[in-house]
Amino acid sequence: MSVENYTQLGAAAIASSVRAGQVLPADLIRASFKRAADIGAGPDELNIVLYADEKASLEEAEEIQNRVNSAADVGVLAGVPVAIKDNIASLGLPTTCASKILKGYVSPFEATAVTRLRANGAMIVAKTNMDEFAMGSSTENSAYGPTRNPVDVRCVAGGSSGGSAAAVAAGITPIALGSETGGSVRQPAAFCGVVGVKPTYGRVSRYGLVAFASSLDQIGVVGRSVDDAALGLEVIAGFDKMDSTSSEVDVPIYRLAALGKPAPEAHDPDTEAIRIGRSPVPLPPPPSPHTLEGVVIGKPREYFPDSLDTGIRDLCERALERFRSMGATIRDISLPRSPLAIPVYYILAPAEASSNLARFDGVRYGLRVDPGKGLKAMYEATRSAGFGREVTRRILLGTYVLSAGYYDAYYKKAQAVRTLIADDFRSVFAAGVNAIFTPTTPTPAFPIGAISDPYEMYLNDIFTVTANLAGVPAISVPIGRMRRLPVGGQIITAHFDEYTMFRVAYALEAGLGREAHQ
Amino acid sequence: MAVTREDVLHIAELARLGVDAARAEELTKELSAILAHMDVLSQIDTTSVPTTAGIGSGGTPLRPDVGVSPLMKGTLESFAPSMRDGFFIVPRLATHEDPSESGA
Repeated sequence: MSVENYTQLGAAAIASSVRAGQVLPADLIRASFKRAADIGAGPDELNIVLYADEKASLEEAEEIQNRVNSAADVGVLAGVPVAIKDNIASLGLPTTCASKILKGYVSPFEATAVTRLRANGAMIVAKTNMDEFAMGSSTENSAYGPTRNPVDVRCVAGGSSGGSAAAVAAGITPIALGSETGGSVRQPAAFCGVVGVKPTYGRVSRYGLVAFASSLDQIGVVGRSVDDAALGLEVIAGFDKMDSTSSEVDVPIYRLAALGKPAPEAHDPDTEAIRIGRSPVPLPPPPSPHTLEGVVIGKPREYFPDSLDTGIRDLCERALERFRSMGATIRDISLPRSPLAIPVYYILAPAEASSNLARFDGVRYGLRVDPGKGLKAMYEATRSAGFGREVTRRILLGTYVLSAGYYDAYYKKAQAVRTLIADDFRSVFAAGVNAIFTPTTPTPAFPIGAISDPYEMYLNDIFTVTANLAGVPAISVPIGRMRRLPVGGQIITAHFDEYTMFRVAYALEAGLGREAHQ
Repeated sequence: MAVTREDVLHIAELARLGVDAARAEELTKELSAILAHMDVLSQIDTTSVPTTAGIGSGGTPLRPDVGVSPLMKGTLESFAPSMRDGFFIVPRLATHEDPSESGA
């Protein structure tokens, strides 16, 4: 392996070369920063990266090299450059949620997900641009300007994890962390032609993720390939005492899903050697009529309405045909309450946000604007100067639906309908469906500035938000292009069944081959 | 349900957000338009449906009631807007203040 073709390499290949001493971590840092410079990842061009420090990253590379030299278990991400969304706390680089209210803030602690990446040998190279406080679907709500899509710079990169998806699509890193509340990893991944995964609620610790809507928030992974996403999630998943909603359910080795077999028993010694990087994952067989034998894939009619863009529909039908050719059974299903998901989400998420964002008041951290007229005036001046238009709108929307007289009609009602939406998913999986396939988005990436109506922007999440409300895992995989823009297909599975989700995703990626990007 | 200008000013005060007259007019229209899309939920019968406040984790268990030191690598002074003797300094409350002394 050579760093010359860094932008094409998967994380597993990079890590194995570093562990074998064939590639120096410092050369990978230089390759990543060179790529970022060549493509114009800074604020005046694509605006992908908000914060980076090459000198600090080179010091991190030296530590990794020392671990290689001392023959320690460096980890499955040895020497892999990784980018982190700007709402995930990291030591050394600022964490500002792309907001003026946190300008210059450097967290004194680190998110568990980032600590686990570093413990497995990863090197943090950048904090990426995003919609302010993850509120948006285009990264146009960043206080530092929109991220441009590396595939077509006239278009948005999607959001809210637009910078992370663009960083991977541009070849700056093979893996990036994003976060999801309503589709904020999957939608930008679909727009940029890369893979994006949102795990089951509770699968990944939220410790260090700046809270937006705590009952929905999850850290997710953007990858150059399904394997990159599987490897990244495998590392960051698992119980964490610092997050009381994190689960103690065992984490399988998701990369073994590529072999097209059920998950091995937990704590099997052979597979544990793979987990820590001592043994490689066996090479998967090429796609065959048996790859998905016995797998039932549901096609929900509510996600294929008559109004669906024909380009998106045709690419989804091609993907479904590939599933059939690999032995899967396609079953027409219904998730009847899914059309209610956008109204439910845009009541619950702003309600939770209005509470979570109360902490940004100019007292403990971040911006303070003090007009000299007392405490209340300082609160109002600080928050008005620090929050952008969409964040202000959502705080007010959330305050309204929680206020006396409206609580039952909006907030409590939305919580009950959320139960019905989750029940729809439970029923489908209980009836023998192993995975659900849908388009990730109703359209490909749209031009910057094209959508000004807030509710029209909210509709971008129409196919992704149900998985957040139900708490189930979902992944977006490239399934082709229309008008030269990437299109994503979404695979959803039952709670904590990321293994089956990855199995179907690996098969789809292999079954489509180069067509996934054509 | 249409939102009024008075509603906007009321919730802005609750949320500690200063909103000027022009922005209050805009927000009145924007929030009314968004909430109009939520009215569809009123048609759903949820009489016997339990509410969902969180998903999949079995609730939020309580940890032992003992003090835990924050895992901080930096000091409060490194990011707080104003500190003195280990305390965050805030402006005086309006009811007690002398404007010439406020702002800590």
